Amino acid sequence: MKVFGYRLPGMSSLLVWGLLWEIIGQSGMTFFIPPLSEVIATLFEVIGTPAFQKALYETAYAFGAGVFFAIVIGVPTGIFMGKSRLLDELLLPWVNMFLSAPLTALVPVLMVLFGFGMKSIIITTTLFAIWIIILNARAGVMQINRSLIDMARSFGASPWDAFFKIYVWAALPEILGGVRIGVIRAVKGVIIGQLLISIVGFGALFELYSSNFLMAHFWAVLIVLFALAFTISEFFAYLERRVAYYAAKR
Amino acid sequence: MSNRSTYLKLLSAVIVFGAWEIAGRIPVSYAFPTFLESMSALARMTFDGTLFAAYGETLKPLVIGVAISAILGIVLGLWIGLSSVFDWMFSPIFIVMQAAPLAALIPILVMAYGIGLTSKVFVVCIMAMPVIVLNTSSAVRNTPESIKEMGRSFLASDRAVILKIILPSASPIIFSGLRLGVSAGFIGAILSELKITPTGVGDIITFSRSIADYPSMYAAIFSIILLAVVFLNLLEKLENTLFEGNNRGYASD
Amino acid sequence: MVTPQTRQAFETAQPLTDNAVAVRGVSKNYGDVEALKNLTLEFPRGQLTSLLGPSGCGKTTLLKIIAGLLEPTAGEIEVNGKAITGPGPDRAFVFQDFALLPWASVMRNVAFGLELRGVAKSERESVAGKYIADVGLAGFENSFPHELSGGMRQRVGLARALSVDAQVLLMDEPFSAVDEQTRRKFQEDLLNLVQNENKTFIFVTHSIEEAVYVSDQIAILLPRPSRVSEIIRPSGFRDKGVDNIRRDPEYLDIVDEIWASLRNYVE
Repeated sequence: MKVFGYRLPGMSSLLVWGLLWEIIGQSGMTFFIPPLSEVIATLFEVIGTPAFQKALYETAYAFGAGVFFAIVIGVPTGIFMGKSRLLDELLLPWVNMFLSAPLTALVPVLMVLFGFGMKSIIITTTLFAIWIIILNARAGVMQINRSLIDMARSFGASPWDAFFKIYVWAALPEILGGVRIGVIRAVKGVIIGQLLISIVGFGALFELYSSNFLMAHFWAVLIVLFALAFTISEFFAYLERRVAYYAAKR
Repeated sequence: MSNRSTYLKLLSAVIVFGAWEIAGRIPVSYAFPTFLESMSALARMTFDGTLFAAYGETLKPLVIGVAISAILGIVLGLWIGLSSVFDWMFSPIFIVMQAAPLAALIPILVMAYGIGLTSKVFVVCIMAMPVIVLNTSSAVRNTPESIKEMGRSFLASDRAVILKIILPSASPIIFSGLRLGVSAGFIGAILSELKITPTGVGDIITFSRSIADYPSMYAAIFSIILLAVVFLNLLEKLENTLFEGNNRGYASD
Repeated sequence: MVTPQTRQAFETAQPLTDNAVAVRGVSKNYGDVEALKNLTLEFPRGQLTSLLGPSGCGKTTLLKIIAGLLEPTAGEIEVNGKAITGPGPDRAFVFQDFALLPWASVMRNVAFGLELRGVAKSERESVAGKYIADVGLAGFENSFPHELSGGMRQRVGLARALSVDAQVLLMDEPFSAVDEQTRRKFQEDLLNLVQNENKTFIFVTHSIEEAVYVSDQIAILLPRPSRVSEIIRPSGFRDKGVDNIRRDPEYLDIVDEIWASLRNYVE
């Protein structure tokens, strides 16, 4: 939007919303919304507490591990599906199914199988992220220009070379796109896992704050969480744009 | 050709369900019933009506929540797509919502609205709405410039441009936004039953877990995933038949 | 040397060349970029005028300004002696990418201009049906754009423009997205159309041969900022029949001459 010929930056309206929040909070309209200024003051206070740091560490660990497994398993699976028709036909229905299935329903199963701990949360995170990563890696491989592969073969590339020098690179824009969406889903997965298991990480923190009616604390943690999630998603979007130039050229 | 793909689908189902059966027989865990045990529990719950009563409960917040999100989301998305002021004001909220783990809002919703239907509808709404709004607004914004110009050059009023050009042209993407919204709504509905109060299918899952009746628990989870997948697939089929050819017919193809 | 006598003769002769459209001192700036600068041009009634020039010379910009789709920064457009303020019923546009509604049948697409004017369904469909037959698409009324070839789609676009019965037809590189043979057929059909319908055509193209083949008057535009460098009026070969034009010496000379003046502007 332009005001007096000056282009307002994209996210600047969040300041307006913040102001609105402050006004509603100051007016004391509802107990559940304390003024933003108070929340931000609490935020700095909370960040220093061991409870918060522990939650952040546990969440980052579960998230990192979950995404790691999703990528390490998902990308090769996708590439193999793109290359082998048999594998593709066997696996694709399941990948498509899990992509749209409400995986939240599986969390209770994971809880009884793997216990109320980190393991279940990591698996939840992986389950949320992996399907789109597989699907995109597969799509990336399937659209590789046929003549690129013929070129590699005519210059005598080994299958190993072809895999790492052609397939991975040619499918990179799609793979990164999949990883970006996968990571966003993983953030949601890690939080959903923690909420349902609720004795680890932010799940435990939320329980603590809400049972003690610490509203400002609650919102402060939410802001940190949302900001982190948004930053992660923007970071991957940035990576994706860096390789988008050759995706468009094909 | 289609025979081969049907056989392979069947084969892959046999492999997966067979693996489930074998893993259940070993058993890999005391809490891992076999495929057949789970299916017979599913059949039992279907025939004694437990499952239908449960779904009546579970689908209520889902249907209400998705309906609210659809109406509000499309109107908002249309507005955001058409007006740069609205775009500036509201887009960031939905962009952040799209990336954020909104499930974290559940504890506060419960405090504010209690553990009843209202909270559950709210959970479904916050899950389903962002994708509906963002799809609608980007579809409206990306209406091909040339057909809008065509409308203006043939003297269409603003109203006619919106109703006869922008909306029909945006409708495939709006529809797929709705489908994704329903998909997110399912997550919201299940999450709220597992987290807020166990009712409906969430009740079957929680209760049978507490009495270690694992076949029933697995059956309930199996049924809700199946229901969601089948319903979403039907929506996708409908989408493909409704908008067949809608995205083709321009000079570039 | 202009003597008073010749000037008087010139002025009295003026009303005889009846202009359907006149562009007077039009400029168009995009920020600091001058797309068009003080451009003046007249379009005689019942004739086809081509706007020809290298890419980026602003010919499409000029056409859209005439259509009322773009607002000029300075200057004005007169249609039938009246300044325009936006799109009007006196002009119809044929789009480079056809701009068909993909979800609507050929019939509804062709009748769309009339639909927007609130013409009753039965009436607009009988008008549209006539023009669908005129452009050679009888039998395709219920087809959808994606079922048609590129050439057929542009015939739909043309029928839509004809069915609103505007006096001025604005065509923005209408044949650039169709294949070479279809384009030749289109060009022949266009010549017949100019002859049979008493309409004024303004035709944007980047093809020199196409411009010389179809035009009564060719305005050569040069870029940055855009201006009219030359107006050429082929006269000798128009009546020799569609098959003989491309062999006519005057046709060939004009094509060469235009190429000679444009070649410096091609990167």
